[in-house]
Amino acid sequence: MEPNQSKSTAANGRWSGYYRLLQARMKELIREPEVIFWVFIFPLLLAFGLGIAFRNKPEDKIAVVIVNGPRALQVQQLLQKSAQGRSIHADVLDEAIANDKFRLGAYALVIVPQDSGVQYRFDPARPESVQARVQVDDALQSASGRQDVVKTSTVSSSEPGARYIDFLIPGLLGMNLMNSGMWGIGFALVEMRQRKLLKRFVATPMRRSDFLMALTSSRLVLMIIELGLLLGFGILVFHMRVAGKFAAILLVSALGAISFGGLGLLTASRAQKIESVSGLINLVMMPMWIFSGVFFSYERFPAIIHPFIKALPLTALNDSLRAIILQGASLSSQALPIAVLAIWGGVSFALALRWFRWS
Amino acid sequence: MSVAILCRDLRKTYDGKVDAVRGIDLCIPAGECFGLLGPNGAGKTTTIEILEGLLAPTSGTVEILGMTWREHERGLREWLGISLQETRLSEKLTVRETLTLFASFYREPASIDGVMEELSLTEKADAWVGKLSGGQKQRLAVATALVGNPRILFLDEPTTGLDPQSRRQLWDIVRQFQKRGGTILLTTHYMDEAERLCDRLAIIDHGKTIAEGSPAELIERLGGHHVLEIAVSGNGTAGDALWKSLPGVQSIRHDEDIISLQVHEPHETIPALLAAVQQHGSKLEHLTTRQASLEDVFVQLTGRHLREE
Repeated sequence: MEPNQSKSTAANGRWSGYYRLLQARMKELIREPEVIFWVFIFPLLLAFGLGIAFRNKPEDKIAVVIVNGPRALQVQQLLQKSAQGRSIHADVLDEAIANDKFRLGAYALVIVPQDSGVQYRFDPARPESVQARVQVDDALQSASGRQDVVKTSTVSSSEPGARYIDFLIPGLLGMNLMNSGMWGIGFALVEMRQRKLLKRFVATPMRRSDFLMALTSSRLVLMIIELGLLLGFGILVFHMRVAGKFAAILLVSALGAISFGGLGLLTASRAQKIESVSGLINLVMMPMWIFSGVFFSYERFPAIIHPFIKALPLTALNDSLRAIILQGASLSSQALPIAVLAIWGGVSFALALRWFRWS
Repeated sequence: MSVAILCRDLRKTYDGKVDAVRGIDLCIPAGECFGLLGPNGAGKTTTIEILEGLLAPTSGTVEILGMTWREHERGLREWLGISLQETRLSEKLTVRETLTLFASFYREPASIDGVMEELSLTEKADAWVGKLSGGQKQRLAVATALVGNPRILFLDEPTTGLDPQSRRQLWDIVRQFQKRGGTILLTTHYMDEAERLCDRLAIIDHGKTIAEGSPAELIERLGGHHVLEIAVSGNGTAGDALWKSLPGVQSIRHDEDIISLQVHEPHETIPALLAAVQQHGSKLEHLTTRQASLEDVFVQLTGRHLREE
């Protein structure tokens, strides 16, 4: 009665399905060149590009332009011989060109020499423009013989840990964990559903929990590689200093990866088409792209929305990664953001498992 | 003989509106190859997916190997091999990796090398699934069902879109499985497939069984094993009454200009037919004779062709 398949191999154990699912998933990922690029190469390129663009220059000269006219050269000489002359670079150009280049950001300030004195044209919305006006005015006044009443001195302080690149790398790490969790789990699942592969899997004795665990595990393996690459890159290329414990960084990153995996699972729990899930994923990620402080601090947003921003999972992840990496904070001091992440992850997983459609 | 698949008064209504299945009863003994034959949209896939435990019926009962899906899902899955209509397996895995993955889900899987050998996939063992031809992909789909060492094989439209050679290869695979004692349930809209492969079949239309039996029985029920197809011109007033009066004619069907007569013995009917045509001053434009097929059964029962859109 029972069909005799010629050679039956040894019986499979409890975890063989999980192990083979994870293995298959990793092989598929490695064989997809786009995945390698977006997950591993792109964040490094981004860090490199932004790190270069916003590097702390040894001597950050302020570029200003003097409108050509009878007194232009006189003003230029005054600026050069002033005490601040080293940090001001002044060009002389015709008015139209000068205004044009000011508008494009090549110059922070336009100086228009007048019969007696000068007129400044600056943009109060641009910090460097405001600063240039103060500095240039200071330089012109002192070079023309103004006596300062208070004697002051300055010491420069620019340590690793306080630079833009130091701020950026933990933010990129958080963003990358969000991206790869949402796309790597959400998108992958809907694609498999659309191809009827999910339905085919549940037509076997495969444990559904094994499948979801394997998918999440594959993200954790990628997470470890991403983490190593980004931190290693920061340390080697930008001499970043990691103040916190590596185990703490790993733990928070893993929690972040799982939490965003849960969010990805929830986003993908019912969508039938990859087009619709792409829209959903972008919709879910959009507020975090804007508010969660990846590229700049969310302190710039009005204080009234800070509680909302801090409740977002990416904000929690970024804040806690920055605290651990840059300030050496202990895990216990990060209880609040860790709780936020855990709640997002837990609630998402619970809802996703309730709503999830296998076919 | 034990029963492999049993269902009673199976009904499925989608969204409370569309009646896909409207009362199907099946009793398939172990070791049989049973076919669900019907046009597209007849409810074949819905029926087979309910039997596979992938869809819940709106009402009716299902027993597979004497067990119900509600109580024995995991155990049953160990015994079933399923090939769905158009599953797209992961393109970046090789044939061997795909089969290794599917085998890992079963407690006692078949040998992967053995299955690849049987389905002529050994040569392609290390090729990516994305690089396979349509026939190879379909064989791989069946291989993923066989690798679990099943007792029952469910195949939903296994040869749709395949070239004749690949179809015959798949038929051989099904016969091999049956020889080892396996039970097969397959759906098809190819009557030749149903006729050659199935021990018994149910013809399904609009969610209902309209005929059930072995291919020979079903054809027998037509009343005639042979079909005479004729076309006449001239005094075309010769009505059905004339054809009906010819010896051995069981039934008549019009298909555009062609008139099909179901007959018992062509050698008795043909001379009488020729004489009658001459007598009426008509001209015979066309005359062929062939064996009756399941297609004729379907047309007689529904008035439509199997492959009509």
